[in-house]
Amino acid sequence: MLNFILKRLGLALLVALTVSFISFILLFLSGDPAIALAGEGATDEDVLAIRKLYGFDRPMLMQYASWLLSALSGDFGESYYFKLPVSSLIADRLSVTMLLGLCGISFALLTAVPLGVIAAIRPNSIIDRIALFLSVAGQAMPSFWFGLILIVAFSIKLRWLPPSGTDSWRNFIMPTVVLGYYAMPAIMRLTRAGMLDVLSSDYIRTARAKGASEMRVMFKHALRNAIIPVVSLAAVQMGFMLGGSIVVESIFALHGAGYLAWESISRNDLPTVQALILIFSMFYITFTFLADVLNAWLDPRMRSS
Amino acid sequence: MCQSKSCQDTPILSIDNLTIDIPTSAGTLHAVRGISLDLKRGETLCIVGESGSGKSLTSLALMGLLGKRIVPRADRMEFDGIELTTASARTMRKLRGARMAMIFQEPMTSLNPAYTIGDQLMEALTLHGGSSRKKARARAIELLEKVGITAAESRLSQYPHQLSGGLRQRVMIAMALMCEPELIIADEPTTALDVTIQAQILRLLADLQREMNMAMILITHDLGVVARVADKVAVMYAGELVETGPVKEIFAAPSHPYTRGLLRCIPLPGKTKRGSVLGTIPGIVPSLVGDVEGCTFRTRCEHAAPACRGPIPLHSSPEGTHSFRCIYKPGSLQAEAALSTGTSV
Amino acid sequence: MTLATSANSVDPLLQDIIGPTPGQQLRRRFFGHRGLMIGASVLGLLLVIAVLAPVVAPHDPYAQDLMARMKPPVFLGGTWENILGTDHLGRDYLSRLIYGARVSLLIGFVAALISGTIGTAMGVAAGYFGGRVDMVVTFLINVRLAMPVVLVALAVVAILGGSLQVVIGVLGLLLWDRFAVVMRASTLQVRGREYVAAAQAIGASTPRILLSEIMPNIMNNLIVVITLEMAHAILLEATLSFLGLGVQPPTPSWGLMVSEGKNMMLFEPWLVLIPGTVLFVVVLAINLMGDGLRDVTAPENRS
Repeated sequence: MLNFILKRLGLALLVALTVSFISFILLFLSGDPAIALAGEGATDEDVLAIRKLYGFDRPMLMQYASWLLSALSGDFGESYYFKLPVSSLIADRLSVTMLLGLCGISFALLTAVPLGVIAAIRPNSIIDRIALFLSVAGQAMPSFWFGLILIVAFSIKLRWLPPSGTDSWRNFIMPTVVLGYYAMPAIMRLTRAGMLDVLSSDYIRTARAKGASEMRVMFKHALRNAIIPVVSLAAVQMGFMLGGSIVVESIFALHGAGYLAWESISRNDLPTVQALILIFSMFYITFTFLADVLNAWLDPRMRSS
Repeated sequence: MCQSKSCQDTPILSIDNLTIDIPTSAGTLHAVRGISLDLKRGETLCIVGESGSGKSLTSLALMGLLGKRIVPRADRMEFDGIELTTASARTMRKLRGARMAMIFQEPMTSLNPAYTIGDQLMEALTLHGGSSRKKARARAIELLEKVGITAAESRLSQYPHQLSGGLRQRVMIAMALMCEPELIIADEPTTALDVTIQAQILRLLADLQREMNMAMILITHDLGVVARVADKVAVMYAGELVETGPVKEIFAAPSHPYTRGLLRCIPLPGKTKRGSVLGTIPGIVPSLVGDVEGCTFRTRCEHAAPACRGPIPLHSSPEGTHSFRCIYKPGSLQAEAALSTGTSV
Repeated sequence: MTLATSANSVDPLLQDIIGPTPGQQLRRRFFGHRGLMIGASVLGLLLVIAVLAPVVAPHDPYAQDLMARMKPPVFLGGTWENILGTDHLGRDYLSRLIYGARVSLLIGFVAALISGTIGTAMGVAAGYFGGRVDMVVTFLINVRLAMPVVLVALAVVAILGGSLQVVIGVLGLLLWDRFAVVMRASTLQVRGREYVAAAQAIGASTPRILLSEIMPNIMNNLIVVITLEMAHAILLEATLSFLGLGVQPPTPSWGLMVSEGKNMMLFEPWLVLIPGTVLFVVVLAINLMGDGLRDVTAPENRS
């Protein structure tokens, strides 16, 4: 078990390092960032000065090394646009995004798991069909469009919920639903398939032969086994969802890290964009790592080996 | 439990005309047709027959474990006076595990991988109420020792994957015995195990059955096992009980051609000559989908006659213990066999 | 009666015994699958409309008419002149939708082709060679999955400018992960089969084995993933365009149309609802087709 965790941790760190390099390289896609930064109408001297100021005149690997080292200590440089340290900019916004992610994954799990379980217990029933419809529709639904529909329905027509802002918990309801629905189909399908698989297994028959009630068979004996892969999928989805928060936050003008990312991209604020790509990647890497460890711990076969 | 003579004689299990139909896309599969059986306390009944003959379905029907889609019908299917076909789900649940228990074919997959051996053993007892965890734990250790597992106490915290197949089947047996059931059904409990372990497990089962005075239904296709442990034998073929009777009579005077065929397939020490060919039953089992008429064995029977397509009479011995279903009268096939080979059976 | 019997006159009894050929069985499953049929029909229709856009579109999608802005569609009291109304610049909405289909399908198809080529090459190499190659590919898949797709795509498009080529290129370079994962697993499965061992035994070259033994046997999975990733690419393009960093105006793109309609959403919700619904239906149809293809080509894997 410890061996597995260490190996998995090593892989996670290596992936993180590679991702950091790629997000750093992105800056140079445009050619010379100093020219972009200086803006139109800048003289050659201006460009030279900027190049010197930001250290663009050094070899690329050197620049990467110094960027990475300061990033590790939490210093991502200064935002071109806000003229503020990137780290403090992001720190302000990250809590909103994390809260949104947490609400989203909770919403997804609370709808997808019960639906998946019921669909598996009663295949081809009405609930099974509804669940299937929701998951097929969810996979085809553009989340920006779903968000706009909710705004039209609940903010414009019914006037129940505020269309945008970050002021109260009511601002989080629609973003939670949109973000959660993004993760729901996969979780539901896996729950249903897992339950169907487990329910046809021999040990479920054993539990029934012992005289266990149907409820006990479903929840103690079946779900406990079917849920193991769902846990790791949920963690992976959580990682994807934080990356997807950029769409949701920009629709609902929710001032989180995703909204900041959209703003910075629109304004060519590269240090902020770099830092955000890196941070979102780190979230994904951390979540998948935790998922694998949790998965190993939940499965007695892996825990004891 | 009852100890009086009269009570010992009334059957704990009494089945009359059990029928199981399975709806399939191709039509109704008549998987089990008109089975009648009686079993007394302390008796061992062996059901023999090839795969697909309906042995497992019959036992699952007794336990009420056939699933929602399949509903068994019977004129009578009583366990200690409780009619099982009309019993509520709740009644069945209270019987299962407590008064009638079952051991399955596949020890490797029959234990829940997510829980320890101890949890699963103790659950069998605590489910049926009354017992504290402490008592259940003591009982679990006692039974693990009884089924021959060493270091029983430390096994309780182990997970199924840490045990070999033989050990797991011992755990399954211990689990079935947790509530001291009056009837135990073992569905080919040794098929998935190594040959050396098979004998141990069967001996264990037979010993425990005698010690605890349980009625036992042992499903097997090993006639050697039948000869050693059975009081009664029921031979099934294609969903029907073709012959049933006391083990001695079945082995001494098999009356149905199928039973005779089965017995020819086993080598007997001292009787079967070295190098001689063992018997086989050629042919395949007919489809049971749609209407099934006449004797289903006629496609493979060496004595088949046109009358086999019609209704088949049931012949019973005067005491009613030995019966078989065939167009030939009792004794007529034995006589013919004696004529053709010149030896007596 | 002549001795020659043609293939058409097979004894009906014999036909019964032989049963349908694998090809007939596949065709029967194909046409018997409702989701697949619906998905394929919608996609086929869309393809025809996209190809014939200049013929079927009632107006020039770029022609502005500032005197006829935001005319409502027919079913909301508009005229048959502009069946689905006009946008904020007075351009015919239906014509823009029809030309938008061209953009969506082109981007979806080419992006899936690029990512399919990259992902299949990586996946097959990993599955066939195993060892170090497999380790490297698995690592690259992990790296790719760790990068937030929308964020990276937006950033790259922002830096390089939102032309059609850039959007297609970015999506093509970002969406190869599922190809690599699925092709790796399929190749692993096929590699162990006897016919591959047989080809190796008679000394067939590695490229030959890959092309004539491995590829034909993982083709069905590849087609399924291509379909699903095409839907994915179309969705992503719409998302990028919606966020203003995909296809640039005045090119008609469904995502862009939703984005342009967003400001008028309060008064004219249909400006958002119509292109969004079209996008949803098309992605749904492609997904149904992909799921159907998976069911039909591998019935034993059906869930």
